[in-house]
Amino acid sequence: MRLFGLNRRIVRALLGTEYAHMLEYRAEIALWALSGVLPFIMLSLWSGSGARADLGLDGVALDRYFLSAFLVRQFSVVWVVYAFEEDALLGRLSPYLLQPLHPLWRYVASHLGEQLTRLPFAAGIAAVFFLIQPQAFWVPSFSGFLLAWLATWMAFAIAFLLQSLIASLCFWSEKASALERLLFIPFLFLSGLLAPLTAFPPAVRAAVQWTPFPYLIDFPARVLAGDPVNLWTGFLAQVAWVAVLLPLVLLLWRAGVRRYSAMGA
Amino acid sequence: MADKQPGLRGTLQHFLRRRHRDVSAVRDVSFTIAAGEMVGFLGANGAGKTTTLKMLCGLIHPSAGQVLVAGHQPQRRHPDFLRRITLVMGQKQQLLWDLPPLDSLRVNAAVYGIPDGVARRRIHQLADLLELGEELTRPVRKLSLGQRMKAELLAALLHEPEVLFLDEPTLGLDVNAQARVRQFLADYNRRTGATVLLTSHYMADITALCPRVLLIHQGQLFHDGPLERLATRLAPERHVRLELEQPASADAFQGLGQLESLENREVHLRVPPEQLTTVVAQLLERFAVRDLEVNDPPIDQLMGDLFRQGSL
Repeated sequence: MRLFGLNRRIVRALLGTEYAHMLEYRAEIALWALSGVLPFIMLSLWSGSGARADLGLDGVALDRYFLSAFLVRQFSVVWVVYAFEEDALLGRLSPYLLQPLHPLWRYVASHLGEQLTRLPFAAGIAAVFFLIQPQAFWVPSFSGFLLAWLATWMAFAIAFLLQSLIASLCFWSEKASALERLLFIPFLFLSGLLAPLTAFPPAVRAAVQWTPFPYLIDFPARVLAGDPVNLWTGFLAQVAWVAVLLPLVLLLWRAGVRRYSAMGA
Repeated sequence: MADKQPGLRGTLQHFLRRRHRDVSAVRDVSFTIAAGEMVGFLGANGAGKTTTLKMLCGLIHPSAGQVLVAGHQPQRRHPDFLRRITLVMGQKQQLLWDLPPLDSLRVNAAVYGIPDGVARRRIHQLADLLELGEELTRPVRKLSLGQRMKAELLAALLHEPEVLFLDEPTLGLDVNAQARVRQFLADYNRRTGATVLLTSHYMADITALCPRVLLIHQGQLFHDGPLERLATRLAPERHVRLELEQPASADAFQGLGQLESLENREVHLRVPPEQLTTVVAQLLERFAVRDLEVNDPPIDQLMGDLFRQGSL
């Protein structure tokens, strides 16, 4: 029986193959993992700043927040728009469209394979962080870890759907990745990657809660770091964003495939 | 389709006021193919072959008319339809570039719901027919073009499709590899009774595999029938070659078809088929003939001319 076109065998085959595929790019992925150290740079900036007290996180809590932000980012990085754009332009999408499986599942599997490849590098960077900042070391409780893991996966789902929405625009505009750049700035500032959301004025914070950005980094990072956070509100917002974005992606995809056909497939 | 003139002026005009024109890639093309048939699909570059193939497999939605393949409207891409067809494009690939073909085959087997044992048996059978062995465990990027094409065929046929759309499956292969792929396709058709629609610029593919051919030209169907009849339609006249005992002047051949060349004692004439018997009789009566040959123009040459000129 298939659920959303998938069954256990397809999942196993796709994940196994995509993991093997991504392992071929392990050196590149290691560099990508290294290039994601922005939260550590921000930590050092905030640590040396007088405004640190305004963040509402004491010394160790701030360290843990930025380490968690780094880890959440590592496992919610999405690049589907670039892969999709290349496949659409080079006509590699056509064979996928002729198989009884939604092509987006292949991209999901690629991302999960990449995350698994990233895991040892991200763990290594976290280990180095603890060597430098031993006072920040902590082991989350099992339930806390599971919740953080779930929140990170939900963050990945939202980011993936957001980018898939933009990727679907490739059917109309050959360079939809340029639109993704427009999203990057609000993501950078409003997700909690540069600063915890507590750093923003209350009015901005209240407005930002209605966007998907805080649920991409800030919320899962706080869950992982063990900061006080309203779990129900956070997860509900994540589920709501998935529920809003998923039908939009599917609708736009369906319209886009007709358009792709018109482009010459 | 965007229309842009070259040069800076053309670029500025294109930037300020983009002009588009509508192009009908395919018009009034109508044909039926019976189950199990192997049909060649011919045409010059840009004639509409690939567009038609993509319509037949559901990648392109026709703006008008009806397409029905294996009882399905292809553009709906119903999973049952997708399980029954395959499209192989010589210039495109579905195998993962950095992994051995077996990894992609494993995914295909799962996606098409082929049980593990059946998939293993089919891979073994198809690999034998295609003469693939250790290539299946080597990364695709390390394979030669011929090996890659054979692995692509294996991937495309693993689910035993009933309808095969093959777009230049032997493109770029050497003569031996082309022959092996041709032999494989003939065996596959015989073994499974699959229907095959094949486009190729290599006439050897068509003559070896397809008793029936469709010729599309400027988006319209020009011919649907046996290959030999296509040759007659493209060049209705027969070639007559004469070797005379004595030299003769060109005037002597007036009224005996069209004189193509006259060199020493060798004469080449083009004669309409309905006049052939009369003309040959008159030639034998008027001249002392040492040798006489009547030939159809070779189909390779005719199609080569057609593909080069792009016009009929």
